Amino acid sequence: MMTDSPVNDASKFYVLDEPHHDADHAHEPPTMLGFWVYLMSDCLIFGILFATYAVLGQNYAAGPSPADLFDIEMILVATFALLFSSVTFGFAVLRMDHGDQRGTLFWLVVTGLFGAAFLYLEYQEFSHLWHLGATPMASAFLSSFFFLVGTHGLHVTAGSIWLVVLLIQLSQHGLTPANTRRVMCLSLFWHFLDLIWIGVYSLVYLTGVLL
Amino acid sequence: MATSSDPHGLASGSVDIHPFWGKLSWDIFPFYEPILLVTFIGVVTLGLAVLGTITYFRLWGYLWKEWFTSIDHKKIGIMYMVLGLIMLLRGFADALLMRGHQAMAASGSEGYLNAHHYDQIFTAHGVIMIFFVAMPFVTGFMNYVMPLQIGARDVAFPFLNNLSFWLTVSGAILIMISLFVGEFSTAGWLAYAPYSGLEYSPSVGMDYYLWALNIAGVGTTLSGINLVVTIVKMRAPGMTFMRMPIFTWTALCTNILIVATFPVLAATLALLTADRYLGTHFFTNELGGNPMMYVNLIWIWGHPEVYILILPIFGIFSEVVPTFTGKRLFGYTSMVYATCVIMILSYIVWLHHFFTMGAGANVNSFFGITTMIISIPTGAKIFNWLFTMYKGRIRFEVPMLWVMGFMITFVIGGMTGVLLAVPPADYVLHNSLFLIAHFHNVIIGGVVFGIFAGIVYWWPKAFGFKLEPFWGKVSFWCWLIGFYLAFMPLYVLGLMGVTRRLSQFEDTFYSVYFIVALIGALFVAAGIGAFLVQIVQSIRKREELRDVTGDPWNGRTLEWSTSSPPPYYNFAFSPRVHEIDAFAQMKREGFTRPTDGFVPIHMPHSTATGVVLAAILTVMGFALIWHVFWLAAASFAAALLYGIGHTFNYNRDYNIPADEVRSIEDQRSAQLAQAAE
Repeated sequence: MMTDSPVNDASKFYVLDEPHHDADHAHEPPTMLGFWVYLMSDCLIFGILFATYAVLGQNYAAGPSPADLFDIEMILVATFALLFSSVTFGFAVLRMDHGDQRGTLFWLVVTGLFGAAFLYLEYQEFSHLWHLGATPMASAFLSSFFFLVGTHGLHVTAGSIWLVVLLIQLSQHGLTPANTRRVMCLSLFWHFLDLIWIGVYSLVYLTGVLL
Repeated sequence: MATSSDPHGLASGSVDIHPFWGKLSWDIFPFYEPILLVTFIGVVTLGLAVLGTITYFRLWGYLWKEWFTSIDHKKIGIMYMVLGLIMLLRGFADALLMRGHQAMAASGSEGYLNAHHYDQIFTAHGVIMIFFVAMPFVTGFMNYVMPLQIGARDVAFPFLNNLSFWLTVSGAILIMISLFVGEFSTAGWLAYAPYSGLEYSPSVGMDYYLWALNIAGVGTTLSGINLVVTIVKMRAPGMTFMRMPIFTWTALCTNILIVATFPVLAATLALLTADRYLGTHFFTNELGGNPMMYVNLIWIWGHPEVYILILPIFGIFSEVVPTFTGKRLFGYTSMVYATCVIMILSYIVWLHHFFTMGAGANVNSFFGITTMIISIPTGAKIFNWLFTMYKGRIRFEVPMLWVMGFMITFVIGGMTGVLLAVPPADYVLHNSLFLIAHFHNVIIGGVVFGIFAGIVYWWPKAFGFKLEPFWGKVSFWCWLIGFYLAFMPLYVLGLMGVTRRLSQFEDTFYSVYFIVALIGALFVAAGIGAFLVQIVQSIRKREELRDVTGDPWNGRTLEWSTSSPPPYYNFAFSPRVHEIDAFAQMKREGFTRPTDGFVPIHMPHSTATGVVLAAILTVMGFALIWHVFWLAAASFAAALLYGIGHTFNYNRDYNIPADEVRSIEDQRSAQLAQAAE
């Protein structure tokens, strides 16, 4: 690593002409990577809940089994509500890339409505099960079912609250770098929840009904 | 409030859950235990003295502005170290109580602790030592040293860093409260189900455990994410991965492990919490629950956790040995690969903690073999340090003494570990004092010795003066002798079949071993005392011990290239890196420190959000523990709204004017000129 530059040249060991990019852009890359790393850690929480469901999911304790409980048509509607919300979030990000604030807000609102529809259907399902006596306290299968699906639902709830907060912030400050970064983070979060739901739908509902 | 303020009404219902006060009542203060009463009086007196002193010297404003709300990674690092030290005293007091009690109980008396109290003490000792001593110390080092080593000005998310610290403090506060309000868990440091379930542990002790670890665990995860991103994204120009100092490498692997395992802990504890609060059946014995699930899940976190503790310590030794040997580290590349291999293997050995579960010969052999394999990269590291020292000019300063003590002690602990990794042998030794001796052997001989080496090594960087060596040496020898006296008898006892966690003994045959172990614990107490004396003496003699160069040990990495203590922006100009041991190269080639052409530096503002949020969550945790659900809901809502409110603050950064940088750097130039005379 020997170089020919004169020994006393401070620029060999120091960045003397520090570019002023520090001001806004320097924080951007760490945020996105940080959010990815956070999502991976969240993914592990779901990993544990999936594993728990895989181990305990057939311990019915003489109670109801998935085939007795799941209304697969309604779940399919809920699934499509969530999948559509991911598409509409994609549209919001596309509008944002064009610098179109109104379009971004519009598609974010649509996304929020789809999310709310999903949550409403999940609430319906849970309260239906509750009335049947299929509560989380009834068997290990139901404990692990409610916790896996419920944790996903809590994430969608958190994402929806975040969405509302972001709508306010976008209308206050517009598409500033800070706000577009937040939209991108929420977008990652939203698509991630979609991905988890596909796992839930296949492992819990489809497999449950088929078995 | 009006209906429930009647103290007589409270005193009557001790077990019932009151709609307003939850489980709180006047019976929850365990002052019928004389030991607790005396401790309580001591703690209150000391606490009032400390608070009074702070108030008398009008330090609250200073502490609040300069420390509590600071998002400077260096100050947060120091606060982590202070937390670790305070909790070390608490955790060690528990250890002394156990050693004293067992020495008496094994000698024919009943001892002074009843079984229930004894169970709380060994649980508290384990929980505190791992979560609130070792973790804060290790995180403190990573916080303080790593950004300086990579030539960065702060971590990637400075506010998050402050929040992580205060969440850890929140957990520590809940544990400390459990000493005087209610009681602590009796379920051991990992709270095995079904014993930790509601049926067998109905008291609030388990709930203190769960909420303290849930809250502190969130802090640790956030800090892990933060430091991973810092290392990946914020290295100085030219510092490729294979030019990073080894301590930074170990910090990277450790934080990857944190991000990859603490969510597992969070999920596992959440499920246990649900079992206790909602009546679900994850880990119960009935309605399909599976307690072995808990043991598997908790160790999937638990085994990587011990490597989370030891890897950064290996990093500290890898900095200390080359510095005091005057050579670059032998086998840098192999050290990096060994660290990464340990990181991966640590994830696939967890079952060796419960070979006796009966998973079958094939499963046990798999985990036995992976466990033995993990000792290979660890052995490679020992040889790397030895070969670094070989033909070097070794300076036997205090950090080097700790390294020597570590190398001998840790190798012994490693070998007993390999012994335990053999499943048939483990069937004999499982749950015995042999196991206790083994893990104290690696945690004291490894982690604790490394923490002391690191404190002595980086103290001058943090405070601008060295630690006084005489008391440091006293501390080292007391710890070393104390460790061997305290734990070698436990190996023998374990081989004779004495199990762990016993508070009473039928047979006085073991008396002499427990008495020797007690003497060992007293030596360790002297070691801790000597360490505290060392700090006080060094502060008194700080002018004699002053180092103005910023490089008192002839260091090799970038943290030594800035002043001691470093300015809050760390580096006026970002360093440029060309090889491993960047600062050694700079000194070899006669670098010049730029004294002109300063530019404004972009820095984040301090914020009180972290402290306030953690305070609200502490209240929430306390309310949940005592089933005061309205308060829990209210504080959760408050935390949520406060957190959302924080995101409406867009004004988080400012620029340090070039003139301010110039005046600080000019002072440094004057200091250096004075030192050169």
